[in-house]
Amino acid sequence: MTDKPELDEHSGVYTTGHEWDGIKELNTPLPKWWLYINYISIVWAIIYCIFMPSWPGLPGMGYFKGLRNHSERANVAVALDKLQAARAANAQSLTSISLDQVENDPDLLTFAMAAGRSAFGDNCATCHGSNGIGSVGYPALNDDVWLWGGNLDEIKQTITYGIRSGHDEARFSQMPAFGRDELLSGSEISDLTELVLAMGGSDHDQSAAARATTNFEEQCSICHAEDGTGDRYQGAPNLIDSEWLFGGSRSEITETIANSRFGIMPNWEQRLQPWTIDSLAVYVHSLGGGE
Amino acid sequence: MTQKKTNKTTIIGGNKTGTGAAHDSHGIEAVDAQAVNSAESRELYKSRVQIYPKLAHGLYRKIKWLLLFATLAIYYILPWIRWDHGANAPDQAVLADFAGRRFYFFWIELWPQEVYYITGLLILGAFSLFLATALFGRVWCGYACPQTIWTDLFIVVERWIEGDRNARIKLAKQPMRGQRLMKTVFKHAIWLLISFVTGAAFILYFHDAPTIASAFFLGKAPGSAYLFAGILTFTTYSLAGLMREQVCTYLCPWPRIQAALTDEDTLEVTYRGYRGEPRGPHKKKDSWEGRGDCIDCKLCVAVCPMGIDIRDGDQLECINCALCIDACDGVMKKIGRPIGLIAYDTEKNRLRHECGEKPSFSIIRARTIAYGSLIALIGALMVAGLSTRSTLDLNVLRDRSPTYVRLSDGSVRNGYLVKVINKGTITRQFEISFSGLSDYSIKVVGQKVTSEKVLVLAKADEVRNVKMYVTLPKSQISVSGSSIPITIEVIEQVADGKTAETQSNKSVFMTGMK
Repeated sequence: MTDKPELDEHSGVYTTGHEWDGIKELNTPLPKWWLYINYISIVWAIIYCIFMPSWPGLPGMGYFKGLRNHSERANVAVALDKLQAARAANAQSLTSISLDQVENDPDLLTFAMAAGRSAFGDNCATCHGSNGIGSVGYPALNDDVWLWGGNLDEIKQTITYGIRSGHDEARFSQMPAFGRDELLSGSEISDLTELVLAMGGSDHDQSAAARATTNFEEQCSICHAEDGTGDRYQGAPNLIDSEWLFGGSRSEITETIANSRFGIMPNWEQRLQPWTIDSLAVYVHSLGGGE
Repeated sequence: MTQKKTNKTTIIGGNKTGTGAAHDSHGIEAVDAQAVNSAESRELYKSRVQIYPKLAHGLYRKIKWLLLFATLAIYYILPWIRWDHGANAPDQAVLADFAGRRFYFFWIELWPQEVYYITGLLILGAFSLFLATALFGRVWCGYACPQTIWTDLFIVVERWIEGDRNARIKLAKQPMRGQRLMKTVFKHAIWLLISFVTGAAFILYFHDAPTIASAFFLGKAPGSAYLFAGILTFTTYSLAGLMREQVCTYLCPWPRIQAALTDEDTLEVTYRGYRGEPRGPHKKKDSWEGRGDCIDCKLCVAVCPMGIDIRDGDQLECINCALCIDACDGVMKKIGRPIGLIAYDTEKNRLRHECGEKPSFSIIRARTIAYGSLIALIGALMVAGLSTRSTLDLNVLRDRSPTYVRLSDGSVRNGYLVKVINKGTITRQFEISFSGLSDYSIKVVGQKVTSEKVLVLAKADEVRNVKMYVTLPKSQISVSGSSIPITIEVIEQVADGKTAETQSNKSVFMTGMK
């Protein structure tokens, strides 16, 4: 089709010059604004390719890095360095004074609480729950029950070295598996369960509990104390309060005595900076149970 | 620049011999002006026809110069005014401090939670606009709108470089080289400079002006500053330089809204057709009998920045700038007829005149009373609010995760984040007290509580967060329901003889009982 474009008198626009079965088409120009934006975009794309990283797979140099040598990875590193620098002064003063003093300095306390809150969310909340509400096997941090001590220094030590973490300084204790290792018979274990229930003030079989007294003194009182109040030096829980880490029902207590249950908390010394651990200690202490 | 003089003599000046255009009369030469945007010549899909508004002289032009100068001065100077807002606060009189979350206006300092004052201000602004429109039509458009102000400013530059109307038209017919090219480049350069200053002045309202001004040129200002300066530069240049009257006609919703706000009593720029018609050229010695006062010199069209002919009646394009009044009054004086052929008048009075009645103006009518009283009411509310505004505020957030903690001895503890907001300009001491509970104990993070009195210091312009734990013993829990309503009160500790500010918040203590 090589028909010449002809002027359409009605619209004042030329046709494309083609004809299909008697139908002609007007060669209406593209809207100017659209066309110019298209041209500007092309120019922009060329400029962008020159200055910004573009063209992958160039021989010898990998991708073309652009005249600006822009790198998001480097930007993040710079931003993180900036953040560290901004925090440096507070971090420095946090580690240079005792944690008790931190709690008496409103500005430093605010800093430690804010840093502690975010560090807690990133590292601790997975097990201990948000705001340290805890769950079965993972101690609640907002009540007044502490296995290993709840003052600032004790909390800091726990966070730094962990519990049964394998670190030399880690807090360590292990309850024997009385059933699995056949230290006690099944009936002895069920009698002991009744005694533990009795200590916690729950419904129990009195004669069975009485039968277990000797076993408790011989096997349990070394760690849990004769009155069952536990021992923080060994991380032995208090048996007479109403708080249970692994559950306080008859079957749950039996399971604990028979197979022994305890958790592992990693040491954070190598993962977190000292000031972050300090912040975490202050934050956990502030959750309500701090001593 | 030299054209200015030439222009004056050609158009208005004493061409007394009358050798100009055919209907030259009284020394007034008819202008060959076309109302390019009049309804008759308006077409869909028509390209814009450039308008070359002629400089008008007269009362309204003077008022407009004054307003132009005043509003621009306010805009550019305001952020540089210093004002002492007290410790921990910037010393800029007018500042929307987004980074610091404060809004400052001279003696007023607003916190984000008081943004309703800005809502009030906007409502007040809207009703003022409604009232002004009901009384005087589009005075906002004609005198105070930034679009009008900056367009006027840009036309001043245009006139300074290229001359008045005729010179500009002549110049536009020349090929784009030599003198025209130079003038055009120069004009756009000045426009861009003004646009940039406008954009740069805008960001001064959001940062400390001297700091951001130096940081801006050292390349150390935040990206948003460059972005907004850029956007404002672009909009000023394109809206005031290139688009002009198209903004009012096609972009702005106000011309449409104003139709609902005006009525037959609204003063609007009006061509008094009953006086002007039939129009036509008039020779000095001819009689005025049997004809109108309009000599059809088209000066009103030539000065119109909107490209319309006011003699066609009220039109959507008309911004009521009253420049046609100035132009026409000048002509009327020259030909010895009374001024006011084009004047501020109402629809009603035009009709009254047709019936032979005397003009009457009713400024007080239902809608102006309604707008006026609403303005007074909202204004009074805002003044009352601002004058009795407390400099102390309290927010109590009860811990929700968990809602309560049962302790090993059966007692129950609730946590509260008490936010003591000191909006004052000095450090103040406050006592926080709880009521509604008995036999409770309080623990405050970072503070040794010796009695039930909890004292905290809040610095000037600070939100002091106090984390508090309240423990209720088992004996109290067993006799209470699932939640106990409590009131937390914060009382300012002041020297004797001074009034202490207090605030209180209601909350609950969750016992965990069913």
